[in-house]
Amino acid sequence: MQLTGNYLALAYLVSATLFILGLKGLTHPASARRGNYYAMTGMLLAIVATVLDPAVKSYGFIVAGVVVGATIGTVIALRIRMTAMPQLVAALHSFVGLTAVLVAVGTYLTHSHEDALNRVLMTELFVGAFIGAITFTGSLVAFGKLQGIISGKPLLFRGQHILNLAMAVVMLGFGLQFLLHNHFWALLVMIALALALGILLIVPIGGADMPVVVSMLNSYSGWAAAATGFTLGNNLLIITGALVGFSGAILSYIMSRAMNRSIVSIILGGFGGGEGASGASTATAGSKGIKTAAVEDAAFFMTNAAKVIVVPGYGMAVAQAQHALKELADILESKGVTVHFAIHPVAGRMPGHMNVLLAEADVPYDHVFEMEEINPEFATADVALVVGANDVTNPAAKSDKSSPIYGMPILDVYRARQIFFVKRSMNPGYSGVENQLFYQENCSLVFGDAKKVCEKMVLELKAV
Amino acid sequence: MSASMIALYVFVLACFVGYWVVWGVTPSLHTPLLSLTNAISGIIIVGAILVAGFGHGGRAAETIGFIAVTLASVNIFGGFVVTQRMLSMFRKKK
Repeated sequence: MQLTGNYLALAYLVSATLFILGLKGLTHPASARRGNYYAMTGMLLAIVATVLDPAVKSYGFIVAGVVVGATIGTVIALRIRMTAMPQLVAALHSFVGLTAVLVAVGTYLTHSHEDALNRVLMTELFVGAFIGAITFTGSLVAFGKLQGIISGKPLLFRGQHILNLAMAVVMLGFGLQFLLHNHFWALLVMIALALALGILLIVPIGGADMPVVVSMLNSYSGWAAAATGFTLGNNLLIITGALVGFSGAILSYIMSRAMNRSIVSIILGGFGGGEGASGASTATAGSKGIKTAAVEDAAFFMTNAAKVIVVPGYGMAVAQAQHALKELADILESKGVTVHFAIHPVAGRMPGHMNVLLAEADVPYDHVFEMEEINPEFATADVALVVGANDVTNPAAKSDKSSPIYGMPILDVYRARQIFFVKRSMNPGYSGVENQLFYQENCSLVFGDAKKVCEKMVLELKAV
Repeated sequence: MSASMIALYVFVLACFVGYWVVWGVTPSLHTPLLSLTNAISGIIIVGAILVAGFGHGGRAAETIGFIAVTLASVNIFGGFVVTQRMLSMFRKKK
């Protein structure tokens, strides 16, 4: 059986519709799984239809590729730990980028074989290969930073942005060479330069800006697919690429807005020296008028509370404290305490990171609230328990105009009656700004590893 | 209207669809949104299949096509499976 012309186009149209319905499913957790099934069906349909395209004449390499890729993909997806999701997403972005480059080169080879090259096609090839190459190496660097292979600290050197600009101009030159004289080597040189540019673009961006970087590369991977769609004259690729491209762009916008910074300043990089830059030790805490509390005291306060709001942050993920935290919430609830979780949009290393970790620990999603929903609730909370978050709770963002984080939307933790702030040391957050919260009358620091502190709280509560 | 022009129309309209649909996604599912878009951007496999199955483009084209199909498949299967895993963890209170 072969699918020709309109039938093929019709199959692609159904696929595209299913992808849109799939994304639409993510409007609510209850419809999300159905959405994923829609998208899977769309993909299956698209692959089958393409294989039946008369332009496909041999099947060996296709079947082999799908079998190998499916095995690798499935095994990784089943084994990956939820805390490592940002790395997986970054790795998958890099694959889309590399595939776009390969498809561009492959399409050039097959089309030049058929003498079917023209300027429009070559321009599209060029753009696809360019975006793909940047996505590929940029995502590899992001992966390295998230995995801890490369330091999360921003790498800056003089003339960085000028160098990037110069490279872009040189690339354009090779692009013209390719277009006007059909020089294959010019395309390859351009790809090599784009690969280097991808690295240079991401190295200056610090670890804590990763939610934006991951979203941005998501967007790039979409544009790479769309560009490939233009090359192949394939509307399904164009539509899907546009969907993914916009998805990543919107996420980048949401993330940068949640940090009150412009996307441009994040892309230029250099913000934040990574976590644990250097700071005072526990011993100096007292001298600055900062109060500390023992785990027992915090546990006692919480059992007598009517409402506790837990604020998790990246530190919770690092310490793997989500399961202990969930146990803590369960015990408190069994004692009649209402426990809610408050999540800042940029908590963690990727959008929605905390939600997934809490879901993994079996925290029901109707107990987890976004910033806008929960902020009015802090005023009526007896206890706010901050675990591994920092900058997103700093009231200086509202009151101190000279603070570097001034204007950033925060969780209104400071309005709770009593605050317990679980912290490993006195090191400031990634912004390097000291948290004004610590000097508040109603705030006490509980020093220790997030997981150990939560476990100790659980033991305390069980004993009561 | 040329084929490229039609493609441009489709692209611009799809951008609007993407814009409206993605703003509707609940923030708690932003990570699954990333992994699902990972999976569907594997649609680039269509291009990879056309290269790998071209039949007479020479060994280089075949090898390139094979690698491209493999990578795109990792995306598709990895993306969908991990999305499914995550979504199955999102539960309401029993």
